[in-house]
Amino acid sequence: MKTINQRQRAKILLAAAVLFLAAVAVAGVFCHDAAMETDFSRKNLAPSLAYPFGTDWLGRNMFYRTLTGLSMSILIGVCAAGVSAVMALVLGLAAATLGKKADSVISFLIDMVMGIPHILLLLLISFAMGKGLKGVIVGVALTHWTSLARLIRGEVMQLKQSEYIQIARKLGHSNFHIARKHMLVHLFPQFVVGLVLMFPHAILHESSITFLGFGLSTEQPAIGVILSESMKYLIMGKWWLALFPGIMLVLTVVLFDMGGTALRRILDPNSVHK
Amino acid sequence: MKLEGRNLTFSYEEKEGEVFNNVNLSVESHEQVAILGPSGFGKTTLCKILAGYLEPDSGQVLLDGIPLPKKGYCPVQMIWQHPERAVNPRLRMRDTLSDGQDVEKRIISELGIEEDWLNRYPQELSGGELQRFCIARALGRGTKFLIADEISTMLDLITQSQIWNFLIKEVKEREIGLIVVSHSEPLLQRVAQRRIQF
Repeated sequence: MKTINQRQRAKILLAAAVLFLAAVAVAGVFCHDAAMETDFSRKNLAPSLAYPFGTDWLGRNMFYRTLTGLSMSILIGVCAAGVSAVMALVLGLAAATLGKKADSVISFLIDMVMGIPHILLLLLISFAMGKGLKGVIVGVALTHWTSLARLIRGEVMQLKQSEYIQIARKLGHSNFHIARKHMLVHLFPQFVVGLVLMFPHAILHESSITFLGFGLSTEQPAIGVILSESMKYLIMGKWWLALFPGIMLVLTVVLFDMGGTALRRILDPNSVHK
Repeated sequence: MKLEGRNLTFSYEEKEGEVFNNVNLSVESHEQVAILGPSGFGKTTLCKILAGYLEPDSGQVLLDGIPLPKKGYCPVQMIWQHPERAVNPRLRMRDTLSDGQDVEKRIISELGIEEDWLNRYPQELSGGELQRFCIARALGRGTKFLIADEISTMLDLITQSQIWNFLIKEVKEREIGLIVVSHSEPLLQRVAQRRIQF
């Protein structure tokens, strides 16, 4: 039997994770209307074949609600993490290339944002922006860029000192050429992996501030809203209201994380032969 | 052509004292010169200054009386001691080699670089194989002086002799001045016409 090597396994894992997440994101958009539909003739039903995740106290189909909530979480996560990663790239590059003053300002900013607990800063920003979708996206984007910015700053500084880049300069190549040919190949994997590994954080933070009531508004079928509402019904024995959405959220986050790790393995030239 | 170092003084940190003080040397482009000195005497630092990687605190490096160009192809090329650090680990060797200035096919084949190696990454080649690439890259059209800083220290004897036979022939043919730093006495006897003791 032909065995699959680590690299192929990483590729399969990545493809499966991307496929699943894309499917959830797309499916959620289509179930949005079905998720809002209330029907009191079927309220508080336990999971069955017709309603795999059961129904809630308003007779809403929890399967559709979970899918929609996850889809929203994924879209918000991708959006916020994307903005955050671009911020990190710009600030990281600026810190590394614009001289000592820019570096100390940006480093101070990084330390400051890192020094405040994530969730606290997130709450403040989201609240100040008037909560809702905008508040969540801005909040998540403004709090998640720090570690990637620091990583990129360090990487560029190290690259600038490396022998092969000094040599390329003496071989008469321009800064732009060197940045494109020698630096980009190092920064791109860092950036992409950093971006993908930011998704799970963004999704979890989006859910948690929504859960705490500082994020999306309560009529939205968001995962955080579903979970916080189901808390009230949990003691009444309606275990499915919290269990399935919770499992799906964890699954999504784990899949993103695994996808990111697989991606790092694929992009790392030291693991070409594994 | 003539490469000159005039009154070179250098220190890495101002307080820590000078690595060397008032060094003068001059090398003609038909010469092969050895720089000798115990470990830690700043031979590599001197090489970096001569090749324009470092600025001396005082003094000048002159090529035919003109300071080395700050931008563009430097006519004084240096081959570094550790080939694995001198190539970008994320580029294929073909791309690393194309950094050099119009390196001739002849040089590549005479150095024993095989076609197949060009598509590999540096981690897939040995130190000796990598060093051949570094040498080829430094032998571009515009190279007038070549500084070899311990380039064969970690290579086996066969590779050493292959590389040095080629280098000596090449610098003689093209009238490239060669500055060699090495601790190996037999090598220096074979390569160097003149010695500069530190």
